[in-house]
Amino acid sequence: MNELIQDSKVTSFVEFLPKTKLPFNNELLLKASDVLKSIDFPTTRTEAWKYTRLGRIAAIPTREQIARAGKNLSREFINANFQISNNGLTFVFENGIFRSDLSSGEFPKGATIKPLTGCTKEELATVGQSIPLENELFNSMNTVYAIDGMSIVIEDKTIIEEPIQFIHLLTGKNTVANLRNFIHIGKFAKAEIMQSFFALDAENSFANSITEINVSENAHLIVNKLQCEAEGNFHVSTEQVDQAKDATFTINTFTLDGTFVRNNLNISVNGVNATTNLNGAYILNKQQHVDNHTCVDHRAPHCNSNELYKGVIDNKATAVFNGKVFVRKDAQKINAFQSNANVLLSDFSTVNSKPELEIYADDVKCSHGSTTGQLDEEAVFYLRARGISDRSARNLMVEAFIGQVLEKIENEALLKFTQEKLNKRFNWESIVE
Amino acid sequence: MITINNLHASIDGKEILKGLNLEVKAGEVHAIMGPNGAGKSTLASVLAGREEYEITDGSVDFDGKDLLELSTEDRAREGLFLAFQYPVEIPGVSNVNFLRTALNEIREYKGEESISAKDFMAMVREKSAIVELDAKLASRSVNEGFSGGEKKRNEIFQMAMLEPKLAILDETDSGLDIDALRIVANGVNTLKSKDNATIVITHYQRLLDYIVPDFVHVLYNGRIVKSGTKELALELEEKGYDWIKAEVDAH
Repeated sequence: MNELIQDSKVTSFVEFLPKTKLPFNNELLLKASDVLKSIDFPTTRTEAWKYTRLGRIAAIPTREQIARAGKNLSREFINANFQISNNGLTFVFENGIFRSDLSSGEFPKGATIKPLTGCTKEELATVGQSIPLENELFNSMNTVYAIDGMSIVIEDKTIIEEPIQFIHLLTGKNTVANLRNFIHIGKFAKAEIMQSFFALDAENSFANSITEINVSENAHLIVNKLQCEAEGNFHVSTEQVDQAKDATFTINTFTLDGTFVRNNLNISVNGVNATTNLNGAYILNKQQHVDNHTCVDHRAPHCNSNELYKGVIDNKATAVFNGKVFVRKDAQKINAFQSNANVLLSDFSTVNSKPELEIYADDVKCSHGSTTGQLDEEAVFYLRARGISDRSARNLMVEAFIGQVLEKIENEALLKFTQEKLNKRFNWESIVE
Repeated sequence: MITINNLHASIDGKEILKGLNLEVKAGEVHAIMGPNGAGKSTLASVLAGREEYEITDGSVDFDGKDLLELSTEDRAREGLFLAFQYPVEIPGVSNVNFLRTALNEIREYKGEESISAKDFMAMVREKSAIVELDAKLASRSVNEGFSGGEKKRNEIFQMAMLEPKLAILDETDSGLDIDALRIVANGVNTLKSKDNATIVITHYQRLLDYIVPDFVHVLYNGRIVKSGTKELALELEEKGYDWIKAEVDAH
């Protein structure tokens, strides 16, 4: 029998991408390559991609571009435009490639922060262990074609006061940047990481990012993820988080720009007495599409998780929220709260919100809620009757709505940065007093 | 201050105001009373610029401006204030943030400088004292979790902050206990001057013991059918509206 080998869209998509030079485990690479040979871009018939179409990413003519970095940039320019906190450690990547000329050269005692290209095979031995590859196009692609990324290792009992800032810039036309980050927070250690994504004169470009995060016993980690890639660019990112006992992990995901954004946030809570906070805000305009898939897997008892995602959707934009909470059979005494709220500002905007709870334990406190509505017109009239213009009245109400998520930000520099971005894009005045 | 001439307004094709005339001069307090469904709240809504109402005839002159041509916000900026019968709760929007926005937009409209944060906070302290509104309420979300009395006091607090030329109080007294009523009335009286005017829409004569009107009008079937002084309110309290209805219907 003749085997018919058909070129899938995936095969032609990756054909011109440079294979990873990172010293990953060979088996991992082989497995990921096999997956890429056997699958195609998922369609809306795949449950996980039901409301998100990948056609525009699949259509990027990758043959015309090979990711490169070399844009003439100065530290001053980075500081002025992309750096969130002035006293932080800053690491800049362009199209997945480390820019040592724009990055901090030193790091505090107890922390090892370097690009993956500077890591040994031993240091990367655990990379990919918890990332599913089977049927996972973007994970497999990222594994085989990872360009570079950050390795952040914080030793046990180390407190890093200044935020560690990871700035990713997408540049050029039809660029595909596969980024791979690896974060390990040792026992009783504490750190705050800011991952921010921007586009700089980029067009029709795509960033595919995976961050593997390991939060050890009694460690504290805050990850602030800021997505600001400009119109006309695409972003898929996955955070795979493992949380040990007594650990506290908080992730704030703010999507402020970008034509297409998909976030996969998978948190495995493996130890007792852990706390997990997931906050998200997405403010969409024009024809943006933002899809947040989150999953909190409670595998151990006596844990708390709090999830709050809020979205404002204008014009023809669409948002997807799919939040899963699993409570395993022996994970008793879990408090898991999830809430998703959306405001539609136009008759053409859309939200697909799907909260899911799967509970196999019998002594837990879990709740989930999803609301989607419009601005209260009676409130708009009330504000106008006090002399506030229609536009300001609506802005005030939108700000107030989204402000409930933004006020979860503890870092003032980040809050200010986020506000300024929003003010600029939506002409808001102030978000949080 | 305001001259309403032959005002006709309808909603969903049903005519509510049927040729209403009213003139209020600076320094005056007018009370508008009348049975349920007479059109009292419609009058307040139409003057404030609610878009659900269609004006089919008549005119409203507000200090030389054609009020009906102005947007809701411009009416407020020109100095018209409506104390809502049912103040709206706006979660997340703080009372002070909203009032500062309002004050500054009004000032911008008049070509004035915006108010400094320091002056604004001093003003909040001074004005909230007039209605004995806890300063804590001033910084909370607009009306959220306020009691009925607090909401009405918040209306008068906003009125104090915005210093309107003409204030229309739409059943501000409904549902208030006597203490809250006294506080609200005291606020209104404190703010009264020879340069501003007040229209008090009410169901109950009780309020008029505290806010003493110069004129009392009876609104019935979309028109003002009887006007008098404060004694008219007492007469209405005693005899109800039937005698007026009979008088009007006889014509």
